[in-house]
Amino acid sequence: MDKLGIVFALTGAVLAALMSGVGSAKGVGMGGEAAAGVITEDPSKFGKVLILQLLPGTQGIYGLLIAFITLSQIGVLGGDSNMSLAKGLLYLAACLPMAIVGYGSAIAQARASVASISVVAKKPEQFGKAMIFPAMVETYAILALLISILAITGIGGINI
Amino acid sequence: MADSLYTYAVARIRSKELRLFDKTDLEQLMACTRYEDCLRILSDQGWGKSGEETAEQLLAAEREKTWDLIRELVDDMSVFDVFLYEKDFHNLKAAIKQTYVQEEVPGIYFNNGTIDKDIIINAVKHHDFSELPEFMRAAAEEAFQVQMHTGDGQLCEIILDKAVLEAIGQKGRTSGSKLLAEYAELKTAVADINIAVRGSRTGKNREFFKRALASCTSLDTEKLAEAALSGMEAISSYLEGTDYHEAAQLLMESPSAFERWCDNRIVELIKPQKYNPFTIEPLAAYILARENEIKTVRILLSGKLNGLPENSIRERLRDMYV
Repeated sequence: MDKLGIVFALTGAVLAALMSGVGSAKGVGMGGEAAAGVITEDPSKFGKVLILQLLPGTQGIYGLLIAFITLSQIGVLGGDSNMSLAKGLLYLAACLPMAIVGYGSAIAQARASVASISVVAKKPEQFGKAMIFPAMVETYAILALLISILAITGIGGINI
Repeated sequence: MADSLYTYAVARIRSKELRLFDKTDLEQLMACTRYEDCLRILSDQGWGKSGEETAEQLLAAEREKTWDLIRELVDDMSVFDVFLYEKDFHNLKAAIKQTYVQEEVPGIYFNNGTIDKDIIINAVKHHDFSELPEFMRAAAEEAFQVQMHTGDGQLCEIILDKAVLEAIGQKGRTSGSKLLAEYAELKTAVADINIAVRGSRTGKNREFFKRALASCTSLDTEKLAEAALSGMEAISSYLEGTDYHEAAQLLMESPSAFERWCDNRIVELIKPQKYNPFTIEPLAAYILARENEIKTVRILLSGKLNGLPENSIRERLRDMYV
């Protein structure tokens, strides 16, 4: 039963990378569709719509970061990978904020990005304002990232 | 998910909307003293294909461009059946009349309806409507029998006009799109009001209204028919209690004022789609906005050609989408 600790810990790391990655892939894909629509009519807007398209991509990077930190903490990348079941579950729980918020915020940010790409299509001079709306969604991905990092790094010091 | 959101298509339509005429463009056309100058401005704005077309060819080319774009953006055109059914029923009507007169008349059919025009022509020619979609069969058979046995072209048209309105209404209600449902309802109701007004003015009987008025949810066709039998004031009075109360007064003023109100109502209906980045609705709004634009330009050109005073043209112009 003690062996299960590492299984749960690794599951947490995988979920963080997987869900955030899927969310970002979907989000960047949606942004790409909208950006391509604008570029078909006006290629000069490429630079602006590209930035908006990439905004939902950050969650994937955050997920990767969390997965990487978790893997190094739990000894998968080298070191001792033995841990108690309770500790494994703690790592899993610590990864969940990034996994869940990463997925949800990437999709939500993509919708805001697509709407902002429409703004750029019609009023390119309003690019600055248009970029702020999807950027606001990033706040929640960063909050989740922060909590996941604090939790993962803190678990190592807990003696259970 | 992305497929049903029409993300690419809507983004492209947003760019296309930049080229829709706004009030400033209409003012520029209004400022032209000569009809030819209007055509030149339209040509400079990219209207038409060769730059040598007549006004009607120019407008037809613009309509064609719109549908070419929509066909490029949408794989399954059945989402726009509410706009296309009219073409099918027009082709059916033309085929029945052509078969009746037994004479080939060129250029009377529309392309790009929901079904190929040759299927309709062959169905009528061989009097076998099994190839036609379900919603057309019964009306096609009835209209065919009426035309062939009585030669009553007007009754044939009434049957098919009612059938197309009911098909549009049904398709709108089941489309899952609030915009298309409201458009279909408005289209049916406006057609019913027009039938009631014209029927009342020409002294039609109860049987006519029963045959001609298409059912819709925002109007009670029996009450409308009753009002039409009593006269224009009764129609206006009935409409006062419906969603179309604003139109009641306009109907008494002139048919063109009512028609303008109807077109402006469609523009009001589609305006929220300017801020919708997903779904089929912004595309439907663009189609209707282009139709409205083309109609407005036609009114303006016709006014200029006939030397109407500026005020007279201006009061006929429609509101613009952008």
